[in-house]
Amino acid sequence: MSAVFIFAGAFLASAVEMVEALTIVLAVGVVRGWRATLVGVAAAGVVLAVLVAALGPALRLLPIEALRLLVGTLLLTFGLQWLRKAILRASGYKALHDEEAAFEHERALAEAAGERAGFDWYAFTISFKGVLLEGLEVAFIVITFGSAQGRLPLAAAAAFAALVMVAVIGVLVRAPLARVPENTIKFAVGVLLTTFGTFWAVEGAGADWPGGDLALLAILVFTLAVSLGLVRLLRRQRLTVRPVQA
Amino acid sequence: MRRFATFWWDFLVGDDWRLAVGVLLGIAATVLLHLAGLDPWWLLPPLVALLLARSLQRASRRPS
Repeated sequence: MSAVFIFAGAFLASAVEMVEALTIVLAVGVVRGWRATLVGVAAAGVVLAVLVAALGPALRLLPIEALRLLVGTLLLTFGLQWLRKAILRASGYKALHDEEAAFEHERALAEAAGERAGFDWYAFTISFKGVLLEGLEVAFIVITFGSAQGRLPLAAAAAFAALVMVAVIGVLVRAPLARVPENTIKFAVGVLLTTFGTFWAVEGAGADWPGGDLALLAILVFTLAVSLGLVRLLRRQRLTVRPVQA
Repeated sequence: MRRFATFWWDFLVGDDWRLAVGVLLGIAATVLLHLAGLDPWWLLPPLVALLLARSLQRASRRPS
């Protein structure tokens, strides 16, 4: 069961981050040309792959309880951030991420940057930075998810599958993937990260879950119910407060 | 160096440091209760729910 959750979590988190990276790459590539842009993408991909290949096995040198405590703590703080933002977006307190607006913004910046003869370092730097920064979150999730459960290849395969899917769709569509329900995916990933973070932090602290791995399902249902309840409460609060402010 | 530290702060702690501190305290309490001979699996899930609710309450009251 945990294998399914690990694959789903790594795949969804990777897909949503890669959609954001694709927007940056497309905007830069369309305006500045593809050679330097794609070299930047490849360079960032190499850095991320080295990071996962080096840090993943290194983490496994830790005793399993210490590893789960570390990974659980990191995933819980990180996952709650995702969930918090997704709940604020779902309830209308934070603007939804708009890929088309992000694309136009990046395109305007790329057009405003001056042109120079030779290799386009602007295109390289922007695409490298964009892919690296978005990819760091993916690498972090792959490393933590994979190493705590001893399933690093599975988590890495999920991220790679997401990369291939987004890249193929990006090549076919040649436009920012504005129709992808990013907030819904981020909400789901936030719930999964928080669930695994809670599970591993408690196990790493030395406590035992009743029912063993089945407790994952119970924590997932609990986290999902609390999150949906908070969205509902905040929506109601926003609608009640708005007429007073107006 | 400062930008590097800011990046990691944003990455791991994010918009509400109190949420991260609450999580750390909750996990520390779980460790201590375990060392005291209890099996405190029940502590973290409701605490996380409470911390998230408080953090959202603060965020929703902040003027935008």
